[in-house]
Amino acid sequence: MSSLLESPSLDVETGGSASPAARRQLTVALAGNPNAGKTTLFNALTGLRQKVANYPGVTVERKEGAWALAPDVPAARLLDLPGLYSLDAASIDEQIARDVITGRIQNLPAPDVIVAVVDATNLERNLYLVTQLLEYGRPLVVALTMFDLAQKRNLEIDMRQLASALGVEIVPVVVTRRRGLAALAEAVLRAAGKNAAGAGWRLSDEAEQELAALTGSNGNSLDRHTALRDLYAEEMPEDEPRRLLVREARARLSESNPTWWQEPLLARYDWIERVASRAVRSSSNTAAHAPTTAERIDRVLTHKILGPVILIAVMLVVFQTIFSWAALPMDLIDSGFGRLGEFVGNILPEGLLRDLLVDGVITGVGGVIVFLPQILLLFFFIAVLEDTGYMARAAFLMDRLMRGVGLHGKAFMPLLSSFACAIPGIMATRTIENPKDRLATIMIAPFMSCSARLPVYTLMIAAFFSTQKLFGFISIGALMIMAMYVLGILVAIGVAWVLKRTILKAPTPPLVLELPPYRVPNPLTILQMMLSRAWLFLKRAGTVILAISIILWALATFPRMEKPSQTATARAVEAGSEVDYHGEQLRQSYAGRAGRALEPVIRPLGFDWKMGVALISSFAARETLVSTLSIIYNVGDADDAGSDSLVGAVREAKRPDGTRAWTPLVALSMMVFFVLAMQCMSTVAIVRRETNSWRWPLFMVAYMTVLAYLASFITYQGGRLLGFT
Amino acid sequence: MLSIRTLNSQTEATGELSLAALGVGARARVIAVKGSGAVARRLMEMGVVPGAPVRVIKAAPLGDPIEVRVRGYHLALRRAEAQSITVVMTDE
Repeated sequence: MSSLLESPSLDVETGGSASPAARRQLTVALAGNPNAGKTTLFNALTGLRQKVANYPGVTVERKEGAWALAPDVPAARLLDLPGLYSLDAASIDEQIARDVITGRIQNLPAPDVIVAVVDATNLERNLYLVTQLLEYGRPLVVALTMFDLAQKRNLEIDMRQLASALGVEIVPVVVTRRRGLAALAEAVLRAAGKNAAGAGWRLSDEAEQELAALTGSNGNSLDRHTALRDLYAEEMPEDEPRRLLVREARARLSESNPTWWQEPLLARYDWIERVASRAVRSSSNTAAHAPTTAERIDRVLTHKILGPVILIAVMLVVFQTIFSWAALPMDLIDSGFGRLGEFVGNILPEGLLRDLLVDGVITGVGGVIVFLPQILLLFFFIAVLEDTGYMARAAFLMDRLMRGVGLHGKAFMPLLSSFACAIPGIMATRTIENPKDRLATIMIAPFMSCSARLPVYTLMIAAFFSTQKLFGFISIGALMIMAMYVLGILVAIGVAWVLKRTILKAPTPPLVLELPPYRVPNPLTILQMMLSRAWLFLKRAGTVILAISIILWALATFPRMEKPSQTATARAVEAGSEVDYHGEQLRQSYAGRAGRALEPVIRPLGFDWKMGVALISSFAARETLVSTLSIIYNVGDADDAGSDSLVGAVREAKRPDGTRAWTPLVALSMMVFFVLAMQCMSTVAIVRRETNSWRWPLFMVAYMTVLAYLASFITYQGGRLLGFT
Repeated sequence: MLSIRTLNSQTEATGELSLAALGVGARARVIAVKGSGAVARRLMEMGVVPGAPVRVIKAAPLGDPIEVRVRGYHLALRRAEAQSITVVMTDE
């Protein structure tokens, strides 16, 4: 069998030279079931020369790369599609993949050649999509992956039989050893311009008659594909006269056969079984019954008791690692931006431009880029967990609990990701098929305490709680942080429960989830995922966050107050008057005025107008609370939450009447507010794009802010009633 | 060609029951997938069609969902979904 790998691919029709269509640039799409090895193949064919963008209107990633097919032809445009089980799409991911294959995406031509990626160890189910692609009739090549694994399982696949049954070329590939890649390129060049032969199965005479009527007299395979879809898909065709024809045809079919709609499904699998029985031989009879490797691993990983214990341990290790490993690079980035600020401050003359660059742009953007190491680490772990196949097990283990609040097992991973950042979490919800379940998951994702809240918690705890110990060894600070995480989770559960019973009422979502075989993760796939996520994150920091930083800086700077003295004497001015200058400037600024206007509203929460300014600025991004407080209290080192100077300034800050502005109770109230409030422009933007309307993001901001206000109010007023100050 | 799927002789001999009623380790053959909604379609697209052999591998820690092996791969589904799949028990 292995000799097949070295030989060039097996053509069905002999003759090897590239067809004339191959002289121009080809567009090639990789289509296949989830877990068929599509992304690994894509990375191997394109290296890291890829572009990642989004399809219009949704956040489904559009991955595209250049594939050098042969020295004398232009490199093909290779599209990696989201995994799909069927052209009759269930989730947004699948819809997009289908639309690309059938050329229904704006500004994207229908692919010249489709490469169907087929998992050799799971041939029958993978061939289902292939039967649909054959019906569709565009040029098709089958790449048979996991070929080596199939051999290990004693599955012998007769390539010639399979190729002649399908009527297209089949190229076995072993991506890790880069075998079969050149043969695949040759097969694609040969296939360009040659339509696939169509499907080898037929329906009952009655159904074939209806199909023929819908196909038209001189119909080709594409017309037959359209007729099949119109007649059998769940949704009706859009065209009104056509819809009438289809409705009548369906009525006639259902008269004689109540399960008429199953006919193509059954016919496809019937055909697949016949093809497989001829082309596949399992050399040992017991192979079909012996437990697979995945089953043996799952005896531990999805064990009734060990399974959940291991899941919790995995989560703990991931989060602990994200926080401890990221600390050093984060410090480096932080001090790097500090030095950059100093450098720019030194070379530029004093004035608005310098203030804008140093206090606005560098402080603002730096404060966000500092989270890059955490994002990279998080996606490293997510990619590893996904690529190994553990993610699906986590959903399997958690499904019952998630269902208790009306959510889907698949919502578990998006919510887990949201502990690092709600944005990737919300993007990860796109695997959830039902739109209402997806919306409910999106709506509660921001309650998971993300890494941007950590600087706020850290500052508050350093200032007011950390020195105390419970029973002499449990630090109050650690307990407080845990309490904040738990508070977020509990509120999320409550909100999901309410949403699923009111505006997002829907029957319990079904769960039909493949538990893929365990695999050694592919380093290139992981690296590629980390890089693309990091790039998306940096792009956001360079656009949204940059804009917000400039706006905030301007609001805190204008209208401008005259400096109390000339530059020459300013250096001699004592530190005290400098603080007064800053304080007065802030008071006078638009931001200060807004803070003072807000003061009556937030006073019941224990906050004064300076905290109001910080709150307003943190509605753009939570972590700006720390830098805003630094500016307000005029502490030099703006971004360092643990810095003694800011902690000291917060502790010492006074109200006009001389009492302390901050007390432990105020700090607690502030933390509770930050757990629940929607303070992240990027999240609002991503929800807007994800739901395609302003309704949901605005609703999210409104209800979360109301909840945060109420919870803070109860915390502060309740605390005072109990005698705390 | 579709008549192969009906399998009448077996149903009379052993009796039909739902996939959800099977214990861990049980082997069965699919007789029908009830319903006509998206779930029924998806189950069939994934190979759970009349005639296909299935085997219950395990249940999740809280008893639901269950894991079955069908066509050589592993599929997790809730008992509610398994309820709509009619099977007959088979021996080895």
